[in-house]
Amino acid sequence: MSEAETLTPVADSGGPRQPLLEVRAMSKHFPVRGGFLGKAVVRAVDDVSFSVDKGEVLGIVGESGCGKSTTARLVIGLIKPDAGSILLDGEQLGTSLSLRDLRRSVQMVFQDSYASLNPRLTVEASISFGPIVHGVAASEARTRTHDLLRKVGLDPATFADRYPHELSGGQRQRVNIARALALAPRLVLLDEAVSALDKSVEAQVLNLLIDLKEEFGLTYVFISHDLNVVRFISDRVIVMYLGEVVETGPVEALWQDARHPYTRALLSAMPSLDPDNRTREPPITGDPPNPINPPSGCRFHTRCAFAEGVCGEKSPALFATGNDRHTAACHMVDPASGHSKAGSSARELQHA
Amino acid sequence: MSVVADDIVRLATVDKTRGYWATVFRRLSRDPVSVACASIILLIALAAVFADYLGLANPYTGSMIRRLRWIGTPGYPLGSDELGRDMVARLIYGGRLSLFLGLFPVVLAFLVGTTLGVMAGYLGGFINQAIMRTVDVFYAFPSVLLAIAISGALGAGIVNSIVSLTIVFIPPIVRVAESVTTSVRNLDFVDAARASGAGPLTIMRVHVLGNVLGPIFVYSTSLISVCMILAAGLSFLGLGTKPPEPEWGLMLNTLRTAIYVNPWVAALPGAMIFIVSICFNLLSDGMRSAMDVRS
Repeated sequence: MSEAETLTPVADSGGPRQPLLEVRAMSKHFPVRGGFLGKAVVRAVDDVSFSVDKGEVLGIVGESGCGKSTTARLVIGLIKPDAGSILLDGEQLGTSLSLRDLRRSVQMVFQDSYASLNPRLTVEASISFGPIVHGVAASEARTRTHDLLRKVGLDPATFADRYPHELSGGQRQRVNIARALALAPRLVLLDEAVSALDKSVEAQVLNLLIDLKEEFGLTYVFISHDLNVVRFISDRVIVMYLGEVVETGPVEALWQDARHPYTRALLSAMPSLDPDNRTREPPITGDPPNPINPPSGCRFHTRCAFAEGVCGEKSPALFATGNDRHTAACHMVDPASGHSKAGSSARELQHA
Repeated sequence: MSVVADDIVRLATVDKTRGYWATVFRRLSRDPVSVACASIILLIALAAVFADYLGLANPYTGSMIRRLRWIGTPGYPLGSDELGRDMVARLIYGGRLSLFLGLFPVVLAFLVGTTLGVMAGYLGGFINQAIMRTVDVFYAFPSVLLAIAISGALGAGIVNSIVSLTIVFIPPIVRVAESVTTSVRNLDFVDAARASGAGPLTIMRVHVLGNVLGPIFVYSTSLISVCMILAAGLSFLGLGTKPPEPEWGLMLNTLRTAIYVNPWVAALPGAMIFIVSICFNLLSDGMRSAMDVRS
């Protein structure tokens, strides 16, 4: 315990080239009671792999229920994965890395700013809880808390003794961010952290997050359904659909040259700011299929305009598009898949 | 207990008393019904505790020629009982045992029930099943019957009736504690606490207890009146206090035979039980609304 008393970030071990977080083939299936034959499972996260580089912001986007939040909760160990491994800076969770050590280096900010603060504790008690648990003396935790409050733009003299219900949504989310930073983490998971805020407050908090990232050398995983925000803050993006990664790549590559029909549908579903450019038809229709019994083959084929026989039979792997680090799980990207439009470029598909 | 955990508890309790509980108390003190009920209970309790200094007649010595005097008889403001003992003294001294038998089992049940219920609710899984199913077994019996059965098995006496009443009140408190805890444990702040690396015991004490104690406490205060009535019932059946000890339930029993001779005096112990239970119930009701602060 004594080594943690000053709470500095855990030192880098693998150098800048080694990803800070690596998730390999992670799955989580929740059993559902009373399902058909009593054995139904929700495939919340199914064979998901990704990595987060040091100092980058990785965005995760997708419809509600696609497994974004479950992924975050799996990474921080709030839920145990059924399969797969999690590596933090090269150390594998469960072997060379304990859950307690992982939680010192990885912290999370939740969407609901009110539910994520204990209503009976003051702001100061909430923020200093983590450091005290990790062996920091109460007085030092207090100093640290006041420093952090200043860093997130809240005056400690005014806010330290307040209760959550006395704060506005934006102030509460700042407290949550300070709480997440109290353990000097290296990676912060932001699970819809700004989604519930007003647009103006959202912008302030986003800018605060960017400043804090610079100041503390943080790495973010930014989960959101708001594509504009994700584009603004992220370096790379993962698109999820029904518990699977369907496309991943640098943010601009994805926005300019999305290869997966689902990603393109998501992007075109964003309302345009140009009043002449009206959205006349919905890019995709219907709700996502039931994750208890996901479609065979490519999970998107039931809603995809380009679906062919092969899509219902074979599940596409993440296939490199040729661009740097840009991959998509679509048979049309793989020239050898047998899909009639295999190998066509995104531009050709748009005019099809 | 480690030093770390103690620090956290101190931090949490200091803030709790200053913030939430202070607000609840302020709201409660603005409710006239609650204040009146609290005053009545306090008055009766103080009178019982300091009965020796009130210059009352001896509650044990009677007079065979002054039996069953009517209310208002000179020297006997509330009459006298079937052995000629002064009813004022009997009722005030009786408050000692009656209040103690009403409060103490509930306090014990509150401590045990909260511990078990919070553990069941927070830890879930097998522990939850083990605790809750055991509790269900006790639930199968009506509370009066269960109290009589346990008291009967243990034998008459004050300690035994406290034990039996405690056992009767643990199951409902466990149920309430479990259900409140389950609803709290799924909130994000508990997840955030787990994500900060705290162990289950620390989380239960710092983050769960503060949020569940209120509802459990209110529920427990509503049991005090039931407990008083059950304790009186046990004494009435001869399973609790033994004569000549003054206790309201026992007095009701012994005066029962005089109900046609002097109904007003015979009803007095019942009236005391009624007044005190209704005060506890109204107070717990007031507390419930005072705690419903939220914002």
